[in-house]
Amino acid sequence: METILTPNFNLPDSHTLPVYEKTGGYKTLHKLLKMRPDEVIEEVKKSGLRGRGGAGFGTGLKWSFVPKDPPGPRYLCVNADEGEPGTFKDRALLEKDPHRLIEGSVMCAYAIGAAVGYIYIRGEFDLPYRRIEAALQEAYQKGYLGKNILGSPFSFDLYTHQGAGAYICGEETALLNSIEGKRGEPRIKPPFPAISGLFGAPTVINNVETLSALPYIIEKGAEAYASIGTPKSTGTKLFSVSGPVKKPGVYEVPLGYPLRKFLDEYAGGLMEGKILKAVIPGGSSVPVLTAQEVEEVNLDYESLQEHGSMLGSGGMIVIPDDFCMVHALEILAHFYSHESCGQCSPCREGTAWIYKILKRLEKGQGTPEDLDLLIDISNGMAGQTICVLSDALAMPVKSFLAKFKNEFEEHISLGYCPHRASFRTSGAPTYLSSDQLLWSPRFQSL
Amino acid sequence: MILKFSKNSKTKIDEILERYPNKQAATLPVLFIAQREFGHLSREAMEAVAKILETSYAHVYGVATFYTLYNKKPVGKYHVQICGNLSCSIMGGENIQEYLKKKLKLNFGETTQDGKFTLSSVECLASCGTGPAMQINEAYYEKLTPEKVDEILNSLK
Repeated sequence: METILTPNFNLPDSHTLPVYEKTGGYKTLHKLLKMRPDEVIEEVKKSGLRGRGGAGFGTGLKWSFVPKDPPGPRYLCVNADEGEPGTFKDRALLEKDPHRLIEGSVMCAYAIGAAVGYIYIRGEFDLPYRRIEAALQEAYQKGYLGKNILGSPFSFDLYTHQGAGAYICGEETALLNSIEGKRGEPRIKPPFPAISGLFGAPTVINNVETLSALPYIIEKGAEAYASIGTPKSTGTKLFSVSGPVKKPGVYEVPLGYPLRKFLDEYAGGLMEGKILKAVIPGGSSVPVLTAQEVEEVNLDYESLQEHGSMLGSGGMIVIPDDFCMVHALEILAHFYSHESCGQCSPCREGTAWIYKILKRLEKGQGTPEDLDLLIDISNGMAGQTICVLSDALAMPVKSFLAKFKNEFEEHISLGYCPHRASFRTSGAPTYLSSDQLLWSPRFQSL
Repeated sequence: MILKFSKNSKTKIDEILERYPNKQAATLPVLFIAQREFGHLSREAMEAVAKILETSYAHVYGVATFYTLYNKKPVGKYHVQICGNLSCSIMGGENIQEYLKKKLKLNFGETTQDGKFTLSSVECLASCGTGPAMQINEAYYEKLTPEKVDEILNSLK
């Protein structure tokens, strides 16, 4: 299969400029600078590219909302605040191919008329940060960034802005506030960022993976991109798969690929002795799929939606049958409760209540009424808040209860967690202890 | 006590200020510089940040307390941050959490008496495919086993 995002992943020093240039990198900028900005937007629209951060909104359409001749500046923000549990694909792009992201960013900035861009990178990311900083320097030296790019009238400055450990800053308006030096609290929309975003100016916020697809689209054309995948979910997508599979890692597949086949052929199937119970297909906030549903679903926006879930970020968490679903949901509830920014009461209170109830259910101290209460609280959280963090917990709660209610009931009737003792002592898979400390063999499965 | 940024930090801050249309926008990066220079973000450190950015202490305090990577209390020389999220837990991360607590004789949020280690439980580090994972200061350590934890901690002087 032709790869669009990961062709260089296995090359030595793939993060450096010479390697990127040798594989054709930055050549397409000459073509870009001969196109009119509205032609670039049209091309991206025709490609069918959709936002890869989770929402799946049409990228070209998003760009087209930016006013053509506003009085002040326009901005591009690159969302590299990857923090959705189960998701580690942008980290791979930043570490292995930062120049592809920079080239894509120049393309977007040219199309929307931005002279300044910020890469909002999560604060925990050390190596990705050093890689992108080094790549930016290389790109400036060669004139791919800065004043009069490749001798054209177009100038574009791109800076990094490090986050400081708040998941909510991946939400695009929280991200804007964070770049402005404020608490990462999402803004009420409208106005949408395309009209009034960073420092009040028209702004486009795109995910790392979305921007990294642009060099291919501009080079080969929209039709080449749209010929991959399904008619509505075009192109390829990165999936990061974790849990007890033989080859966890980041893989690029054409959209529409059958999930079961992906798990077997790319992820190598489950580890010996592990039986599949469930898969969270698109990052921790999307509804869970049962093992039966895994057989039926394809990895594209529409198929996952038909089965009541979402493609999301492509962060896939495989749950084996010896792992407790009540505990799994308790962990997620703790996460969302911890990461709620606290602006909206349904989210601030709701996530904390749900965590509290799940904690007692997991200890075997819950009651049958607790299950109704969980649904009731979730209904009060979904669609009631400024951003969707609240929904991001309500969705898993409802799907876990709809599909794995028996496990919740079992905890109530037994008065303890039937998985706890056995899993904690023997169920956890162990790696060879002879492995050296990481840094070297990461993403080795690519 | 009034804290002052070193010359080196001031140069860095000037560089950073050029990236933004106003000074307040540099609050996050300047807080990181303050943390590196002063060890943790005491009231005095936050006041120094407010002064240099010509903004209020209340603004800086509000920002510093919103984000988890800013240490409002002193932390040990090595800040051991173990992931407690789902993918790591499925791969045995909770065993590693317990092992670390026992080995360092610490609960989460505590620092050893000699000031060498602080232990924290953190959210997803985007190391899900190589879990269980932890971060010590900036460095990531992945695919952890108790043996590997021993090896890592022993290597930290």
